[in-house]
Amino acid sequence: MSETPMPLWEVFIRNRSGLPHKHCGSVHAPDATMALQAARDVYTRRGESVSIWVTPSSAIVASDPSDKEEMFEPTGSKIYRHPTFYKVPDDVGHM
Amino acid sequence: MYTQALNVPESGTAVDAGDADKAARFQAIVDREDKVEPNDWMPESYRRTLVRQISQHAHSEIIGMQPEGNWITRAPSLKRKAALLAKVQDEAGHGLYLYAAAETLGVSREELYEQLLSGKAKYSSIFNYPTLTWADIGAIGWLVDGAAIMNQIPLCRCSYGPYARAMIRICKEESFHQRQGYEIMATLCGGSVKQREMAQDALNRWWWPSLMMFGPSDKDSLHSSDTMRWKIKRFSNDDLRQRFVDATVPQGRHLGLTFPDPELRFDEQAGHWQFGEIDWAEFKRVLSGDGPCNRQRMQVRRELEADGAWVREAALVYARKQTERNSAAKIAAE
Ligand SMILES: [Fe+2]
Ligand SMILES: [Fe+2]
Repeated sequence: MSETPMPLWEVFIRNRSGLPHKHCGSVHAPDATMALQAARDVYTRRGESVSIWVTPSSAIVASDPSDKEEMFEPTGSKIYRHPTFYKVPDDVGHM
Repeated sequence: MYTQALNVPESGTAVDAGDADKAARFQAIVDREDKVEPNDWMPESYRRTLVRQISQHAHSEIIGMQPEGNWITRAPSLKRKAALLAKVQDEAGHGLYLYAAAETLGVSREELYEQLLSGKAKYSSIFNYPTLTWADIGAIGWLVDGAAIMNQIPLCRCSYGPYARAMIRICKEESFHQRQGYEIMATLCGGSVKQREMAQDALNRWWWPSLMMFGPSDKDSLHSSDTMRWKIKRFSNDDLRQRFVDATVPQGRHLGLTFPDPELRFDEQAGHWQFGEIDWAEFKRVLSGDGPCNRQRMQVRRELEADGAWVREAALVYARKQTERNSAAKIAAE
């Protein structure tokens, strides 16, 4: 096939539960308007969504999975960032 | 299943040499039921198997729209027409979720289409049978979607994240497909003698091809051990086929239908329905391109792709012109 490739868009939908937009897949479309249209048809056929975002896939900057350790490990050792690290006398009750 | 052809040997199996360390870490991730995500390291053979499986599955959903689409304009009522239209649209959606999942493995949509249109890629043998009467729409929903569900539920736990997530969406939608099909069969079975005969005839023609959807018998299937170890597949072809028979036979008997298998009987001891031998020669013939409708299905797909080319081209040119116009207007305004 010698056709020009159709641009790829990532699709995010927010359902009515009040949660943030969540990635749900991707669509191919020539422009943003048609990407929104396609995202509606493909990902929200049963009232799954009250809002859709689309963004060109090429615009997404992602962390490198091979850097996972140095990127996220430092927080693992900082247990003092969690409430359970601190002792509160029993008779003070729930805090 | 929709990926029956996976059990056909693949040429040139490469060894992932020198990656032993990474491979061990990868297998550990899989073993503890974590998900593998698109940019994670994975063995080349895992990637290749997934591309083949997910794209075959996608192609099946897309080709599968044809036998049912055949009856949209002739559905017997507005209710049935609306339901069938929605079902066929869902199948298009399933195909698109799956193409999107396959693309995360580094293959382009254009390549995937090309593989289907050139005949290089396979799709499920079931969609190469014709839909001769309205009862076939009932039989497809009940049996074909029923068999698909049996196979797809375990795929929701597949080790590859994007595939598992696509399968979860698909499974949520399949239940309506099977129920609307069974309802069509039940309505026909409660109707006139002619309608009952139509339902029986559809079962006669769709039963064996539905059993073939689960792929070759375990003793003849390749690739199984790798895909099991990688947790792409969780149950063997024969296990899933048996589950389908056990679930479906009582449903058919409830409608007063007879299964076209003289050897079918309930084995009290095993607690399973025993069934006769599948015609494996027919299975191979249909899968390799020589079924009743293979040529027609491919021809329709190629024509649709060619007919849509000018629309895609025009939309891309329009998009480019809009971008140019917008940036020209921006420059003028500055
Ligand atoms: Fe489907
Ligand atoms: Fe379906």
